[in-house]
Amino acid sequence: MREPVIIFDHVCKNYSLHHHITGGIKHFLFHLPSALNSIKHSRYEALRDISFAIYKGETLGIIGRNGAGKSTILGLMSGVLKPSGGRVIVKGKTSALLELGAGFHPELTGRENIMLNGVILGLTKAKVLRKLDEIIAFSELGEFIDQPIRVYSSGMLARLGFSVVAHLDPDILLIDEILAVGDAEFQKKCIDKMVKFKKSGVTIVFVSHSMEDVKKICDRTLWIEDHSAKMIGKTEKIIVQYTKTIA
Amino acid sequence: MNIQLNKRLARFEHYRDLIVILTQKEMKVRYKSTLFGYVWSIAHPLAFALVFFMAFKVVMRIQMEGYAVFLIAGLFPWQWLSNSVNASPMIFLSNVTIIKKINFPRNILPLANVLQDMIHFLLSIPVIVLFLFIYHKSPSFSWFYGIPLLLGIQLLMTYGLSLMISSINLFIRDLERLTAIGTTLLFYFTPVIYPETMIPERYKALALFLNPLSSLMISWRNLFLNGTLDLSLVVMSFTYSLFVFMLGYLIYTKLSWKFAEVL
Repeated sequence: MREPVIIFDHVCKNYSLHHHITGGIKHFLFHLPSALNSIKHSRYEALRDISFAIYKGETLGIIGRNGAGKSTILGLMSGVLKPSGGRVIVKGKTSALLELGAGFHPELTGRENIMLNGVILGLTKAKVLRKLDEIIAFSELGEFIDQPIRVYSSGMLARLGFSVVAHLDPDILLIDEILAVGDAEFQKKCIDKMVKFKKSGVTIVFVSHSMEDVKKICDRTLWIEDHSAKMIGKTEKIIVQYTKTIA
Repeated sequence: MNIQLNKRLARFEHYRDLIVILTQKEMKVRYKSTLFGYVWSIAHPLAFALVFFMAFKVVMRIQMEGYAVFLIAGLFPWQWLSNSVNASPMIFLSNVTIIKKINFPRNILPLANVLQDMIHFLLSIPVIVLFLFIYHKSPSFSWFYGIPLLLGIQLLMTYGLSLMISSINLFIRDLERLTAIGTTLLFYFTPVIYPETMIPERYKALALFLNPLSSLMISWRNLFLNGTLDLSLVVMSFTYSLFVFMLGYLIYTKLSWKFAEVL
């Protein structure tokens, strides 16, 4: 009965490095043999043969060291990146929260940025307008909402960004380490909101370095090590193993 | 069946909202914290007109009645094109976070940029009217269909160029310099500050037919000054625009999936 909504089928992702010619034509020509060689071979392997599935309504955590390939996985899920091998299948409306406030403009007010961000993230104008008051209330920014956001602190920016996201209506929510900013109270609010999403049946993929947060919301966890999937399974089990290798 | 249609409608609505909101943002941001705001979008081409008027009318003494209004009728539409094209190399580069982090139709970014310049151009048409009156001419009824027609053609052309330049510049950054040189060169090769009748006979065909912008710019000027539209010029400019647009779109679709990787 379990219905997979995200499927990774032997997914590889290579970045061909584009630095060869950006060094300049002169450099390129003077080092022609090695430059040509580097075009052929210099590939950065970000993900190697990864297969897993995420089921409807499930919350999957992704953990691993910096540079292991966690963000690349989210990029592939959101459709910003394309796999170089294998297949990525995503069913449903995805909201990717890879960076809070992506697309905010510093000269616009908080209110204007809510509209801008909401529409970029996939809402229609009418929908944002309908939810505007709710979003502003959630952000707890008070009078600052009509100030240009260049005067905001980074914590306030995070609040504004998350408030917009909290009012999207996605089938799948992708979240990348966004809770690192903001004060404790706001972090709690974010987690609560995510639990609420989870209860309403939203599938969540959550990348984090905070084992606490992962334990709190994730049913299963995927451990990425050295660009491939090391383990996937029940969150507690994976975290125990993971913390062993780190210690 | 119905659900399919609804989905399509919702997507269309979202697409339209994206265009509106992003264009509005460009308009708002452009003159934020300036004192004179919109005046600058008129002051810029007017200053240009003044420079050319000094150089060609006062100093070089070009033999022509109403050279000032002639200049303005050509420079305003040109300004739209050159502003949009010159801003193109930076469009995707200055939106790194949205491109890397959010999956949305990126081709709207250059469109919003072009639309914004188009609106500034529309807002500057009253200045052209003012100059017409000064020279005892008046707007013509043919503007009602002529302006939307040429607007559409130039939108297609400018959007095509913008898509092309903004996409390629992510991979080859040299294009940024080349664009600046290119628009300047094209400006002098296009009959904007001189009438096409003054081009020496042996270069005439070259300047009129090989330059994709000549037919469009001549059409604008004729429309503003005399209220006339030459069908063959319109057809030619439309053909060029369609070609440039399709080429730009093709390049964009070929490259766009790699945007998030090279930024």
